[in-house]
Parts: sequence; C-alpha cells; structure tokens
Amino acid sequence: MIRFDRVSKRYPGGYDALREVGFSIESNELVFLTGHSGAGKSTLLKLIMMMERPSRGQVIVNNRSLKDMSRRRIPQHRREIGVVFQNHQLLFDRSVFDNVALPLAIAGYPSRDIGRRVRAALDKVGLLSREKHMPITLSGGEQQRVGIARAVVNKPRVLLADEPTGNLDPALSAEIMHLFEQFNQVGVTVLIASHDLALISQLHYRIITLSEGRLLVGGVD
Amino acid sequence: MTRSPRSRSEVVSRGDQGASPTQTNMVQRLTGWWRHHLTMARDSLQRLLDRPWSSVMTWLVIGIALALPVSLSVLVSGAESVSRNWDSGAQLSVFLKHDLNTGTVNALAGDIEDMPEVSSVRGISPAEALAEFESFSGFGDALRNLDSNPLPHLLLITPAQAAQTSEQIGDLSRRVSSLVGVDQVVVDMEWVERLRAMMALGKRAVLALGTILALGVLLIIGNTIRLTVESRRDEIVVVKLVGGSDAFVRRPFLYTGLWYGLGGALVAWALVVLVLFWLEGPLSSLAEQYQSAAMAPSLGVLGALQLLLFGGTLGLLGAWVTVSRHLASIEPR
Repeated sequence: MIRFDRVSKRYPGGYDALREVGFSIESNELVFLTGHSGAGKSTLLKLIMMMERPSRGQVIVNNRSLKDMSRRRIPQHRREIGVVFQNHQLLFDRSVFDNVALPLAIAGYPSRDIGRRVRAALDKVGLLSREKHMPITLSGGEQQRVGIARAVVNKPRVLLADEPTGNLDPALSAEIMHLFEQFNQVGVTVLIASHDLALISQLHYRIITLSEGRLLVGGVD
Repeated sequence: MTRSPRSRSEVVSRGDQGASPTQTNMVQRLTGWWRHHLTMARDSLQRLLDRPWSSVMTWLVIGIALALPVSLSVLVSGAESVSRNWDSGAQLSVFLKHDLNTGTVNALAGDIEDMPEVSSVRGISPAEALAEFESFSGFGDALRNLDSNPLPHLLLITPAQAAQTSEQIGDLSRRVSSLVGVDQVVVDMEWVERLRAMMALGKRAVLALGTILALGVLLIIGNTIRLTVESRRDEIVVVKLVGGSDAFVRRPFLYTGLWYGLGGALVAWALVVLVLFWLEGPLSSLAEQYQSAAMAPSLGVLGALQLLLFGGTLGLLGAWVTVSRHLASIEPR
C-alpha cells in the first residue's frame, strides 16, 4: 500500500531529513513510525501526502508512483488519504459538522449524503452530540477526535497521523489509539507517527524507527 | 471525561466498509459542483455584508472610478447623435459667374440636378438674393444706391440622402466646381467638421480615461482580494491538505471579486443616473439654442446591463489574477 524505495530528502540548505529510507506497508496494516524529533517522521509523512517531493528514490502509494504525479493530480491523491495532525488543523470559524464535512464538500457529495456520512463519522469518534458546536468550545481530546472524524469521513484507504496524541494525557491518548485500531480493523491502512514509546510498545504493532533520517528498525523488505 | 468503551460492532460496522473511497458518479459530481458554486456565491456575499463599512467603501471607490468615464461617454455619444442630425442638413452653395444669362443658369441647374448624388437644386436669382440681403442686413439704403446688382446667381444643392458623408460631399463639391460657369462652391459644413473632430478627440479621451480607471479598479479589487486571501490563509492550507483543488480554493475569492465588481457597477450606475438627471436642464436649454432635437442622454437598460457586465468582469479578472498569484505561495508545510 505504501512503499519507500531508497528515499532521500535533502531540504534547501543541505539538511538531510531522510537518507536512503526503504520500507513497505501492506494494505490493512497498522504501523507506528517513531524516532526523536528531527528524525524525519514528519518529512516521511509529507512525502506520502505530496507536501514535499523526494530528492532521490521513489514513494509508491496505492500502487502509484508519486514521482511522475503532476501538480494537478495532487488534490485527488490527497482525497484518498486521511490525515490527522497534531495541531488538529481545524477551521475555527465553522462548526464541528462543517469541519468534518469539508472533504465531502470538496469531493462534491450531495448534501443528503454529507449529512449521513458526517454523522456516521462523528458517531464513530463519539462526538455526535457536538455537531453544532464550534471547535473552540471543545477540549483538546475532542478537537483531536473531530480531526480524526474529518480524516475518515471520506473513507480513505490510507490513514496517516502525525503525533495524534501529542498534547493529550495518557488515558485520552490510549482512547485515540484505540480509535485508530478500529479503523484498521475495517481495512484501513494506518501509519501513525508518534514518539510516545510507552504507549505504542503496549500495542504490538510493527514499529518503524528513524534516527537522523535513517531507518533503524522495522523496514521489512 | 473518559467514555465507556463501546463494542466494536457498534462503533464500526463492516457493511460500512472503509477499504475503498466511495466513488461519486458524474451527475453527483455536477450537482455537487453546482451546489458548491451557489454556496460559495452566497457565502462570499455574506462575508462582504458582515463587514459592511469596508465593503461599502470598496464599492464606492469602484463605483466612482467607473461612473466618471461612463457618464462622460454617455454625454459624448449624446452630443454625437445630435450632431449627426445637423450633418444631414449639409448644403452646397454654388456661386455662378456674373456674365451668365438665365438660360445658361437653368441649363446648369438641370445638369447638376441630374447628378445621382443630388437630391434637389434651388436657384436664387441676383434680384431675389439682393432683396433677401436687404431685409436681413439692414444695409437697405446703401444697397439701393448701387447702380447694378453686384450679386451673382446662386444655386443651393441639397445632396441625396445616400450621399451625406463628408467625403461624398467633398467629391460632389469638386465636380460642381469644375463645371463651366461655376465661380465658387461653398460647403456649409466646416463647423460640423470641427465639432466632429472635437467629438472624436473627446471619445478618445474618454476611452483613455476609462482604460486608466478600469486598471485602477482592477488594482483595487486585486489588493482587496489579496488581503482576503491573507486573512484566510489557514483555511486555504487546510482545504489544500484535505484535497481541495486549486479551482475549489480559488472559487470563494472569485465570487468575492465578482461581488465587488457588480456592487461597484451598481454604485456607478446610480451615480451616472444622478449626474445625467442633474445635467438634463442645462443640456436641453443648450439644445434649444442650437435648434436641435432635445438631447436627453441616458444609459438605457442595455447600457446599465453592459455596465454591470463590465464591472463583474473586472471584479472576476482582478480576483483571478491576484488569487492565481497568491495561492501558489500558500502551500501546506
């Protein structure tokens, strides 16, 4: 589902964020990505999202090489991937419902379907009763769950999460991880970047570890 | 605030499979696209109305910039239509040589009347001319003391309807001058020509002014849109992250530009109507002095629609240029 083929990323200025990283994640897998900050976790996710392009090597998502993907194709590519961010990236001038509905509006769903799907997604993350609230009135954990609902509302095949539990206490973090497990169990490929080793080592999934841009362990070939 | 764990089947049902993103068909896409347009149009207008002061200021600036050249051009084209009426009254005065007898004069008049460009010829004999001159000039006594009548025979030519352009009249005048017995041909049109030249100058000046002001409007709209784009930077990033295409991101700003342009055009229309209403009195008294049909310049329905179209186009164009330039620089990082 996701394959990195000796991928290197050097940022302008000469900083090597990733060096010769190679691994592959099968569909239906849940994989954790870990490493110290600056190890290259975010860069790796950005390459999958086409927020950056690799300097060398190639990234393959959904059997499609991202190398030759034109700028015009990027939006379509992103619609097939759900992303959860550490800072939620919610729009604070609109309701929970509208935030979750955004990917559907972009994909051009009829409003009837949008209502149904948004409520289903909010139900999954346990926030159905909050659909009319503004995100600012929600707690950090609830905002993160809105972010997750938005990431899954379009039923993507791939779900990425960048430090989804970064600002949450252990109980909430476990709860969020449990949500990701549930999505994985219905067939979504999940890749979670996290430095919360205590939490992820309890969960018995494959862990890819990066250090200074190199892959240390977890890249089965 | 921990929730009690819910059973898996309750949370995610397998029938609601997540393994493939649901495809939307063409019709759904089209209706979705259309609905998004409507939503964006409404949403953009609402955003403008939410900040009434700054929006009204922008509309006024655009309106004033558009109203100036539009009212001038309405006035110029009004004057032009009036002068066109004068033009059709052009006449040629043909002064004949002194030593011609009445028979030759009549033959000459007949020859001229046979020309296809000529509608009619009226002869004025020296005696008639003298009588007319006496009654008009007030030199009656002095004229009566003359031994002989110094005035020549005069033929007044009215050109045919189809031969009224200054070029055709020039040709006719040359042909008549070359006839034997003709002393001089005077075309009573020079002041009309001068007016025409001034009118052409005026039209061009209005066009130049209009172009400059339209550019100004484009810049005003562009700059306003740029500020809007900046203020919604975070939103643009999020929309791009969840797969919004450039067109999707651009859309609300294009509608904002359209509303600025249309609103400005509406203000301009109101200003033009006011200006023309205010000028109506002086204009009609001026027209009276020139014994012309009353000149009542107005924008008309068509003109108003053109103004709206023009304003809307300027708004869209200004927004398009700005948004295209700025959106590329706003990428998720």
